[in-house]
Amino acid sequence: MSLATTANVTPQQNWLERLGAGHIILAIALVLYPLVASDFFLTQIGGYSLIFGMLGLSLMLLAGYGGMVSLAQITVAGIAAYAIAILGNNNSNILGFGWPWWLAVPFAVLAAALASALIGWISVRTEGIYTIMITLAIATATYYFAQQNYAIFNGHSGYTGIRAPAFWGIGWRDARPFYYLCLGLAVLSYAAVLYGSRSTFGMTLQAIRDNPRRMRALGYHVTAHKVFAWLLAGVIAGLAGVLLVWFNGRVSPGTIGVDAAIDVLIIAVIGGLRHPIGPFLGAVVVVLMQTFAIDIVGAERFNTLIGMVFLVIVFVSPDGILGLWGRIKPHLAQESLRPGQ
Amino acid sequence: MRMHRRTLLALAVFTGLTAPSMALAADDTIKIGLLATFEGPFTVLGEDGERGAMTAVAEMNGTVAGKKVEIVKGSSDASPDSAVRAARKLVEQDGVKVLVGPLSGDEGIAVKDYAKTQPNVTFINGTSAAQDTTLRDPAENFFRFSTDGAQWMAGLGTYAFNDKGYKKVATVAEDYSFPYTQVFGFMAEFCKAGGHVPSKSWVPIGNKDFSSVIAAIPEDVDAIYVALGGADAVNFLTQYQQGGGSAPLIGGSITVDQTVLTSKGKLRDVLKGTPSAGPTADTNDAPAWKTFVEAYKKQPGAFPSPSLFAHGYYVDMKATLLGLDQVGGDVSDGGKKLRDALSKLSFDTPTGKVSLDKNRNAIADIFLTEVTEGADGNLMNKLVKVVPQVNQTLGIPEDEFMKLGAVNRDNPSCP
Repeated sequence: MSLATTANVTPQQNWLERLGAGHIILAIALVLYPLVASDFFLTQIGGYSLIFGMLGLSLMLLAGYGGMVSLAQITVAGIAAYAIAILGNNNSNILGFGWPWWLAVPFAVLAAALASALIGWISVRTEGIYTIMITLAIATATYYFAQQNYAIFNGHSGYTGIRAPAFWGIGWRDARPFYYLCLGLAVLSYAAVLYGSRSTFGMTLQAIRDNPRRMRALGYHVTAHKVFAWLLAGVIAGLAGVLLVWFNGRVSPGTIGVDAAIDVLIIAVIGGLRHPIGPFLGAVVVVLMQTFAIDIVGAERFNTLIGMVFLVIVFVSPDGILGLWGRIKPHLAQESLRPGQ
Repeated sequence: MRMHRRTLLALAVFTGLTAPSMALAADDTIKIGLLATFEGPFTVLGEDGERGAMTAVAEMNGTVAGKKVEIVKGSSDASPDSAVRAARKLVEQDGVKVLVGPLSGDEGIAVKDYAKTQPNVTFINGTSAAQDTTLRDPAENFFRFSTDGAQWMAGLGTYAFNDKGYKKVATVAEDYSFPYTQVFGFMAEFCKAGGHVPSKSWVPIGNKDFSSVIAAIPEDVDAIYVALGGADAVNFLTQYQQGGGSAPLIGGSITVDQTVLTSKGKLRDVLKGTPSAGPTADTNDAPAWKTFVEAYKKQPGAFPSPSLFAHGYYVDMKATLLGLDQVGGDVSDGGKKLRDALSKLSFDTPTGKVSLDKNRNAIADIFLTEVTEGADGNLMNKLVKVVPQVNQTLGIPEDEFMKLGAVNRDNPSCP
């Protein structure tokens, strides 16, 4: 209560303070990024990192706050991507209902969220490694189903020719608009997760993670809370899926394969699961590595280099890049206190 | 300012991320992108493709029109998404104006679609052999000097019907655009000659258990046409033989290549005498082919005989270099001159003369082969006959050919 009253007295200052200097600097840098970046760096690195960051974020939400490690986040994103292809327009001559984007996108995200809740409902009965196993099984089964089903998924070739919408005179797949679109949705998801983690629901979820038995004894519906977390994660993954299909202009079983599922896990682990910023850091590192490793060591061994870098990060800091930052931070703070700096 | 150091660090990170494309090629070098599968299930094939391409570069001593050739490599894992991502990186970040690749069927279709958005870049195929990469809705700046999967089958259908006397054939093939094209090429001739194909089985790439597929093959077929690659072919053939199957085989272009022929066990007996067709033959006596094999063997890690991937990448890279040579290595006009030169290019490859049709797809010789045991006990593809100058419509007039419809799992059909 007292917090709320002070907020009323000096609302603006308090807002800025609550936002934190780090966030403001980051926001300015990200907004100004298109001024210095080439189109390639805007979409192929920037946009792609933000999309995979969102996927990592949806996993971070489940794993970090709920203690449920899922390998099915890319599957959920894939459901949204396929939904966009089926409900909107594609040039594969299969389905393609031609819905406008403002109708197709909510439906796609809703479908993804419901699918995620369903996956959650199935897997909340398990814990730890068994959750990983069951979500991996779901991801693999969906991949093979999409590969062999022609009526809905159009088999191996999937859907091509899916275009991002153009409205307000802007083609949203052009480099800058697409980057800002990704940035906007990523910031929205990030803020929502940050806010949600401090909300009553977020606190309850974290308590369930730490001691489900006690929470059950206190009268909380543990399963319902977990399934709701899956639903929220599904919304974020679904949005990422929509962006992903607009980014690629196509979707095929390869998009939702086991490799991609593992990429999402790597992104979340490399980045760190303690704070929602972690997956985005992880995504930047992973995307940069996957894009440029081939220039460093040549075509034969570049995957070895990628693996080694990931190994080193996890070895040096089991908490990922976030943990690394947490260790460096005190030193930096001390130095900047010196007079004259 | 408490954030001082942190601010600097953040700035440093972001300037790192924004490093503008440093792709300022020096005037005396020409950058060529090379896109192949250096990861995923087709890694071995992609590496052999690279050997082929590098053989062509080495043949020109690494220079063209007095400029040094610089090869920038991009890697995909045979999925269309990864191929487009790698192509985008080569074009938009590394700034290549000429790109050779990709390797696999669906990748080719995806890269062709991407090529349409980059009209100033010239794309030359690697070995991707799906028909619709060039036949339907082609891109003005996509060239294929290697032939497609249906062309590779030229002569095989007629040979199977007339010389081998097979009237009824079942097909087993992987479930994506390249095997569709191969089955189409085989059936186009076989059905026309009067043969019947009562059953077609499509299996996913990487399938392990073929028992349900084998059970679905009718008892009364004269032969089985198999278009599977690498481990899939070995798995299917082994299980078919263990299941007591005895029908003779007809092979797709990559089914009876060295990766399968070098496998051990009773499989060898099944494979002997299998007819097949493709852009290369192991026992080709032509001096040009022998010279090529010797040059290819100088590449590190080379196979005893170049695979059709090495051959395809060689032909496409060679065409690229010849085209660049004709325009003096000048692509400053958005590659327009280069594309004109490439459209008119006609040259002698290790496997005969190659030229392009109006869709920029190759017209070239195809080799009908049969598996035999060589003097050293190794299985190899013996050259039976050369089918000269096969075009993309397989000698059928174009309007008639287009009426056959797009290649897919249900087309063609002659049960």
